[in-house]
Amino acid sequence: MADVFVQAFEQAIKLICSGDPEVYGAVYRSIYVTGLGTLLACTWSIPIAIFLGLYSFRGRWVIRGLFNGLIGVPTVALGLLLYLLMSNSGVFGSFKLLYTLNGIAIGQAILITPIIVTFIANALGSADTQLRDLAKTLGASSLHVNLTLIRETVWSIILAITAAFNRGFGELGVALLIGGGFVSETSVLTTGIALQINFGNFDVAMAYAIILVVIVIAIALTVNLIERLRSGEWPLRKFFLGVGLRRKKA
Amino acid sequence: MAPEEVFLRGRFKEKKSLSINLQIVDVQKNYQDVQALKSVSLNLQGNKIIVFLGVNGAGKTSLMRILAGLENPDYGQIFFNNRPVVAKELRTFTTLVFQKTAMFSMNVYDNLAYGLRIRKFPDEEISDRIAEALNDVRLSGFEKRRAKKLSGGEQQRVALARALLLDCNVLLFDEPTANLDPNSAAIIEKTIVEKKREDRIIVMATHNLHQARRLADEIIHIHDGKVIEVASSKEFFENPKCEISRKFINGELDF
Repeated sequence: MADVFVQAFEQAIKLICSGDPEVYGAVYRSIYVTGLGTLLACTWSIPIAIFLGLYSFRGRWVIRGLFNGLIGVPTVALGLLLYLLMSNSGVFGSFKLLYTLNGIAIGQAILITPIIVTFIANALGSADTQLRDLAKTLGASSLHVNLTLIRETVWSIILAITAAFNRGFGELGVALLIGGGFVSETSVLTTGIALQINFGNFDVAMAYAIILVVIVIAIALTVNLIERLRSGEWPLRKFFLGVGLRRKKA
Repeated sequence: MAPEEVFLRGRFKEKKSLSINLQIVDVQKNYQDVQALKSVSLNLQGNKIIVFLGVNGAGKTSLMRILAGLENPDYGQIFFNNRPVVAKELRTFTTLVFQKTAMFSMNVYDNLAYGLRIRKFPDEEISDRIAEALNDVRLSGFEKRRAKKLSGGEQQRVALARALLLDCNVLLFDEPTANLDPNSAAIIEKTIVEKKREDRIIVMATHNLHQARRLADEIIHIHDGKVIEVASSKEFFENPKCEISRKFINGELDF
């Protein structure tokens, strides 16, 4: 078993290094689909989140609870529902979205909507109430107060979007059912892994998996690094400063 | 004092005499089952430091929040220069420095400029006012520093500068030096004293008797949501009229 793993890993690295068009095609399609899906989701999720996070109204907790619950919806169940809606006999059959990248993007947008809404609404809702009061005592109107709170939580918003992107990037159910997966034009990294394993191509599946994990981690690390740099924490400078101090002491 | 044309700061502009007053008439405030303020009536004048003195939970902060326009009273009315004002209007000519300092995630300059930008001051004037205000609180050269990275004392001095440069007619300080180092506390106290003016009402809430004695021109003793005594500082500390005040000064008050 260990040999199989090592061999697959070696082959995967070779495929990645050789710029295999099949592998990089799947990478491109994954980024396109999830990027478009995240953009689409943001267009409706952010306004909903701001409304749920900043304004109080009767029944708000029900809607927030609903979005919260939808985070855990199985992707296969959502994929099946969307498949039925997008199939020729479905309500949206005329749009010919089934087995297209745009169809997967729409599916992923729906999948990640609860994540963006819940995370951003929570961040805005839990923003320090003192900041709200502070803005008011400095003469801010309700609109200014809300804009200030949004600006204060902008990194929570970015993190929510990043988490949503990563969720979409790593999901299988929607991409497999709407994209089909067997069609090379709609195969993304996750569906690629599933299909290549079926074909016994562990090396290609492994290459897909490595790229998938590396991209997800790279995005998370990049966002984290930017946040730290923005907040004045310069890890590299701190590191070099630390080295300098240690040398001085020695 | 002869009436003069004075433009009150912020968006609240009208011709008035130099001296101003803020009247609180029968103000009551409840938080669920707790009656925080029980029919408070006061008349606050400019050119002096008025100290709301009282134990924790007496109702000082509730009254400060109402005066700052952060909350509406459940009952009663506030008058500014004999004109009834609501919370929204109050916020245009009052500002409050909180006990627990709050800073926006910006540098010191942008924190200070926040209120002025809302009031649409020109950039040049904003820059001049900020330089002056930072000088007042001995933080010149701190403009580019991230406000949240400053020490507690420095943050509170930034908060004081931020409130002062708005040039509001009513300045409210809710225990502004609580838990601060003596140096920052002294700078804050000195700056507050220097800001006394005929057309400015300065109100400070504290339970610190020493600070009240040092700064107050007038003491308003609040206890259990009621005004117990209003007196000059000297009179209050040397000859308190009320038994509760006497006990409070002597540290014998059970609460």
